[in-house]
Amino acid sequence: MSSSDPMKRRDFLTLTGVGACAAAAAGAGLVTLDFLSPKVLFEPPTRFVAGTPLDFPEGTVRFNREQRAYVIGTSGGVYALTAVCTHLGCITRYLSDENVIACPCHGSRFDVEGNVVHGPAPRPLPWIEVKQDTAGNLVVDTAAVIPAGTVLRV
Amino acid sequence: MRTPTVAALSGWLRDTSVYRSIVRHGVEDTNLNRSLVVLENLFLHVHPVKVREKTLRLGHTFWLGGITLACTGILFATGILLMFYYHPSVPQAYQDMKELQFVVDNGLFLRNLHRWGAHLMVFAAFAHMLRVFYHRAYRPPRQFNWVVGVVLLLATLGLSYTGYLLPWDQLAFWGVSVGTNMVRAAPWIGEPFRFLLLGGHVVSENALLRFYVLHCVVLPVTLILLVSVHIWRVRKDGGVQGPPEDVP
Repeated sequence: MSSSDPMKRRDFLTLTGVGACAAAAAGAGLVTLDFLSPKVLFEPPTRFVAGTPLDFPEGTVRFNREQRAYVIGTSGGVYALTAVCTHLGCITRYLSDENVIACPCHGSRFDVEGNVVHGPAPRPLPWIEVKQDTAGNLVVDTAAVIPAGTVLRV
Repeated sequence: MRTPTVAALSGWLRDTSVYRSIVRHGVEDTNLNRSLVVLENLFLHVHPVKVREKTLRLGHTFWLGGITLACTGILFATGILLMFYYHPSVPQAYQDMKELQFVVDNGLFLRNLHRWGAHLMVFAAFAHMLRVFYHRAYRPPRQFNWVVGVVLLLATLGLSYTGYLLPWDQLAFWGVSVGTNMVRAAPWIGEPFRFLLLGGHVVSENALLRFYVLHCVVLPVTLILLVSVHIWRVRKDGGVQGPPEDVP
């Protein structure tokens, strides 16, 4: 059929029908995908109030078991690390007499800045966001990973 | 009174109108009737009417596809029975698993049969794939059936993996945490796909329910459909191919 020929009635109806079915199928697919994405989640909040800057003098390492995070006081500031091991996701713990963060599962060790001192952990512990709210409290968000070395000056 | 013999009884049975309405071909042992047994049955007709005797020997295919299929049968039977005692919710799932192990009669046997059957199915499916590869049975005209087989392997692995979370013990929780973190590594779609898979950002009750639905409905139905196509295509592509004859 050359382009000057008018389209046959049957071809037009076929194309319209197939096109309508395809549009309906695509719409149904998108609606289903949207249906499968939960709109309300009952997950524990990732933000928590760690305290005030006065609670974190230099050298303080405080472990928050529920939020799986360390809040650490350093000279002139505060920063936070996740306590979830970067190897296979076990919860690490801080050994104050050795000043290291150690994983009980496979023996990974990190310094208090999150750097790997001993394997098998493949990556340093991620630094997470610490902010001050209007009242001056330290608010930590375990879901917000920030570049290592970002210390909140207080 | 004459005592009824088995032959007389089965003869009477085959003459009843109910039996004749189900099975239409005759009972004489002829080649035609033997063919019709297979051809007129929905379930048997996926198989060829005739096979060469040598293709039935162990060394021809090592029966690996058959072993995989037998595992599937065992897993459906045991899985359906386990479903009668299992609630996909937290913390009920773990308690149900313990109840199956320690309280329910034969529960431990069925659960272990399901677990070992699953391990064997994955192993047999891989062995079957290797056997087909080394016997060059993936070549034309069987190239499409190879592709169906690859999708079946993925469905098998999907079933194995979704079943791993259902006991809701430490192994399950961390295994699925690690596995779904790997999903995250896929470019672009990794993060949204993980969100859809888990129904959230962490392995939670939503994830348990989703894995349960995938494990008990979506993947088994996919498996039944694809296995039917797979076995039917074996017949359509000229039967099973063992070691190629031209190998010196």
